[in-house]
Amino acid sequence: MASADITERPIDDHLARVPEIGCAPPGSDIEVQLARTWESEPGWRGWLSTVDHKAIGLRYIVTAFIFLIIGGLEALLIRIQLARPDQTLLTPEQYNQLFTMHGVTMIFLYALPILSGFSNYLWPLLLGSRDMAFPRLNAFSYWIFLFAGIFMYVSFPLGQAPNGGWFNYVPFSGPTFNTGPNIDVFALGMVLLGISTSVGSANFVVTLFRMRAPGMTINRVPILVWGTLTASVANLLVIPSVSLAFFLLWLDRQMGTHFFDVANGGKPLLWQHLFWIFGHPWVYAIVLPAMGIVSDALPTFCRRPLVGYTAMALATMAVMLIGFEVWIHHMFATGLPTVALSIFGAASMVISVPSSIAVFAWIATIWLGRPVFKTPFLFFAGFVMLFVIGGLSGVMTAAVPLDWQLNETYFIVAHLHYVLLGINVFPVVGGIYYWFPKFTGRMMDETLGKLSFWVMFIGFNVGFFPMHWAGLLGMPRRVYTYSSRMGWDGVNMITSIGSFVFAIGVLIFLVNVVVSLKRGALAGPNPWDAATLEWATSSPPPAYNFAVIPTVASRHPLWEDRLDEGRGRSNFKEGLLLAEGREAISTSPIDAKPLAILKMPDDTSTPFFLGLFISLLFVGLLLHWWLFTAATAIAGSLALIVWLWPRKALAQRAMPQGDNNG
Amino acid sequence: MVEPVQLQSERLPVGSAGKLSGGWWGVQTLIVTEACLFGYLLFCYFYLAAQTEQTWPPDGLPSLLVPGANTLILLASSACVWAGERGVHQSRTGRGIAGLTAAIVLGTAFVAIQLMEWRNKPYGMTTDLYGSLYFTITGFHMAHVIIGLAVLLLLLVWAMLGYFDSRRYVAMTIGGAYWHFVDVVWLFVFSTLYLFPYL
Repeated sequence: MASADITERPIDDHLARVPEIGCAPPGSDIEVQLARTWESEPGWRGWLSTVDHKAIGLRYIVTAFIFLIIGGLEALLIRIQLARPDQTLLTPEQYNQLFTMHGVTMIFLYALPILSGFSNYLWPLLLGSRDMAFPRLNAFSYWIFLFAGIFMYVSFPLGQAPNGGWFNYVPFSGPTFNTGPNIDVFALGMVLLGISTSVGSANFVVTLFRMRAPGMTINRVPILVWGTLTASVANLLVIPSVSLAFFLLWLDRQMGTHFFDVANGGKPLLWQHLFWIFGHPWVYAIVLPAMGIVSDALPTFCRRPLVGYTAMALATMAVMLIGFEVWIHHMFATGLPTVALSIFGAASMVISVPSSIAVFAWIATIWLGRPVFKTPFLFFAGFVMLFVIGGLSGVMTAAVPLDWQLNETYFIVAHLHYVLLGINVFPVVGGIYYWFPKFTGRMMDETLGKLSFWVMFIGFNVGFFPMHWAGLLGMPRRVYTYSSRMGWDGVNMITSIGSFVFAIGVLIFLVNVVVSLKRGALAGPNPWDAATLEWATSSPPPAYNFAVIPTVASRHPLWEDRLDEGRGRSNFKEGLLLAEGREAISTSPIDAKPLAILKMPDDTSTPFFLGLFISLLFVGLLLHWWLFTAATAIAGSLALIVWLWPRKALAQRAMPQGDNNG
Repeated sequence: MVEPVQLQSERLPVGSAGKLSGGWWGVQTLIVTEACLFGYLLFCYFYLAAQTEQTWPPDGLPSLLVPGANTLILLASSACVWAGERGVHQSRTGRGIAGLTAAIVLGTAFVAIQLMEWRNKPYGMTTDLYGSLYFTITGFHMAHVIIGLAVLLLLLVWAMLGYFDSRRYVAMTIGGAYWHFVDVVWLFVFSTLYLFPYL
């Protein structure tokens, strides 16, 4: 309808209107009003009830980084134990619990949550939106993640932490061989964490398809968005598999069912299938968003757009698509039919095609650009090298005969650490150096930054490269010690030294964070002269992100004048104001045309309480407190009803003319 | 000098407007991930059934009469929810309330008959592998039906409070979609547990 209509019906009703288009310079009435509507209450109540994606994103990042440090300390204990043969620092049982918790912490409590943190913080800024599609669900997702992390550590101080390795194979983790609470804590904790990951993923998927700024067509979204979208779709499809596996295991252990019980027809391999149907897509879920971080941030330091945007977006999705068809490469040594091994081995090798497209796109971007050797660039360039090494050992282990030799040796440990640290930790630390000015308004120190990179990079390679060698020498993973007659003394000592050097590098990074928080040089809105929308707003951004919703005209909104691509220019000065309460614009999924004015929820502590009740419900299940479990289920249901109750303020209810209260 | 693009302002719906609302998209993601959950449950069934050395099911072929009738009851409840939603869409709140009430009655009947089915089984959840599968799969579905009934009950309360009219009733659409999902998934569960052994 044309705007002429509104002159006849100025305030038709509250269910439809023509959104105001205008300017909102800093200090203007509209800007002040937006700040008042969007800012959280100060003090602990605001802290508990905020649904601001930036606050939630930073909480995710900080919490996940604390888990990274905990997992790192566990690794250092392991490396002290393994530094020399016949060490007795740790008992075998302590060693089992440490390597299990190290894996669980790094893979489940650090690797995805930290990327969710980046994406939560960055997505609405990258997409030119005011918030995520479901702000309350976002807060809920964080609280469940936090509680699930604590839950999985409750039995640690009692010396009864999970001890079956992070993939927790039956029958060892079944009721016969593992009688303590160790595995129950892990099983229920994983189901709980699965809730957080699932709702978080749903939020990302819906946000991408609805919450982009006008003009941000699907071929203009940053690669980080493609990465997190792909990972989130995969999570929605595969998280149920692992949650179900852990739930069935808990039933076997506590209720006497027979799913994995060999004596009664149960099959241990069912566990492996269910776990790895989830597990391998998960591996891509924890690297694709990190690859997206590099694809978006590396071009800033090459002073040119990413080479092969479309190829990169398609490669991202191709990796995941093929990634659904490779889980059996974790099960090559289980006696499955050769034809299955061949198909899954071949699929695993095919993954190297889209991965190589990504690698060559990054190399070409550096090659064709004018690299600026700032700290983030070093981390991203280092990442490309580690990606290639980790990828190569991946192709090697995709070959069935070679895998039979290398399976369960340190070669696999080397491979997975190259992949996970190389493709996750390096981009994450580089990403923190890159977006720290946006998060805090201050730059990180360059000298300390470069030092931290080199110490981490050298420490990492000294620590993990010799593990390939240890594996080729036949050292099995997960042994708590070894005899010096095996000839593994040298490589293990080098690995232990390297791991401590790496830890020092992380420490330098942390010192840099603390120092820069206080004394870092003030950053303007766009200290790196970058191209994407998050740099179009102040550092740190205001609660409402953009006073005027940007109208986007290209893939590189802030580089348009110098690239001179496309017909129009993105408009940051004049656009949708949406200032009648908390509002956002919903656009069409493909071409980002405005479809609806969304009413966004206010701050509320309901997500916190719902998360708390659900977590307590799992405590009840763990301890067999059935009445307590029932009580928390009722409390949770009430919280959910409060949450879902249709509100007039959100225009969810029928509204008679002239009635605008609620 | 290239000019900045100007957005043309058009009249747009405000708030949770039908299938433009966030909730509608949210329930789609919920249905996708829940459908996967049932897919994995049935995968467990087929994986274990294919490798079993016992007769399957151990107590012989299941009787189809009561579960078949129960399936029809559940499908009828879906039709009631659909009719109720249409009623609200046509500003006939009375029909919406009637549809929801009928659906709740039918859904409750399904639960009651299913509980009777459970009681009549000569085996339990821990008797053997088949019992574990049967009770876990139908138990998962039962949990979904009960949650679905709670959703329908909530919708009924909201409809009676006059929260819905022909322009704002998205909660009906969202809750209805979930209920239809619970019913469709039963067809897969029913086919697996009751029809598949006859093949």
